[in-house]
Amino acid sequence: MTQPKKTIFVTVGTTKFDELIATMLSREILEALSSKGYYEIILQIGKTSFVPDCSSRYGFVNIEYFNMTANILSYVQNADLIISHAGAGSILDALECKKNLIVVANQSLMDNHQLELAEQLYKDGYLYYCTCETLLNTIQTMNFSKLRPFVNERSKQIAKLIDQIMGFSS
Amino acid sequence: MIVLGSGGHTAEMIRIVNYLSFENYSPRIYVYADTDSMSIEKVKYLEKNNIDYKIIKIRRSREVHQSYYTSIYNTIYATLESVPHLWRECPELLLCNGPGTCVPLCIIVFLFKVFCITQSTIIFVESFCRVKTLSLTGKILYYIADYQIMQWPYLQKPNNENDKIFYI
Repeated sequence: MTQPKKTIFVTVGTTKFDELIATMLSREILEALSSKGYYEIILQIGKTSFVPDCSSRYGFVNIEYFNMTANILSYVQNADLIISHAGAGSILDALECKKNLIVVANQSLMDNHQLELAEQLYKDGYLYYCTCETLLNTIQTMNFSKLRPFVNERSKQIAKLIDQIMGFSS
Repeated sequence: MIVLGSGGHTAEMIRIVNYLSFENYSPRIYVYADTDSMSIEKVKYLEKNNIDYKIIKIRRSREVHQSYYTSIYNTIYATLESVPHLWRECPELLLCNGPGTCVPLCIIVFLFKVFCITQSTIIFVESFCRVKTLSLTGKILYYIADYQIMQWPYLQKPNNENDKIFYI
């Protein structure tokens, strides 16, 4: 019997994070992921002129990329592992789809507030988080059965609060 | 009137708007920055069965990676540009969650209110990203917005007695 073959989706949101894309496609990372049963990787690379090398290698039979899509959720749903930048939208998409998630912080952003969210959700036990330098170590040691499932009612609560402020009882 | 930031901000806003009753909040006017075409796609998807909405484009005050210094000029320009839109639409609710794009609109609506031109409620929802510190937009809008909604308990109130900040 063959092992189930697993897909990775990498997403950087609407800006760019070339360092993550380059790190993802490095030999050490691909080999580490391939040894865990992943064979396909799809990269959403954002607003960048960076052109990833998509040749099949190190156990990966399919590597493909695109810049943007309005329908990111379908890619999230079809993946077994999400490796994401620290944007709230991407994090919530992945967690709400109940996907295994590694968040990689982009340390070059202004007043690096992205780390706060990733750090807090990591502390709360919902995801793994790291930087490009520590990604390899995170992949080697990750164990998603130790993490908690994510329940999110925030948007609903905010909408309810807005209703209260505007005088619509709910 | 709903101000869409970009990327993650828009995603968060769409989630919230999705839970609002469109009967209560009609018509809906979405404002987006000119460099952010993804946001329109998301709105069109959300509003695909509705006709009581429209979409307005304004200049973005600051791109990610742009310095705060040059962003001042863009902000002034964007502020002036938003006046006619707000004059025409007179929104009863201005809902925003950052980043900088919403500041010019909030300033104008605030001035309209000071001069009793319109009676609008400005609600700023701080991003889910902000666990410990307020965003620059959040700090600026603290003085302008009628209500601020925070998503984490760690965000400190600037003073203890404050009924315009809500936590969920």
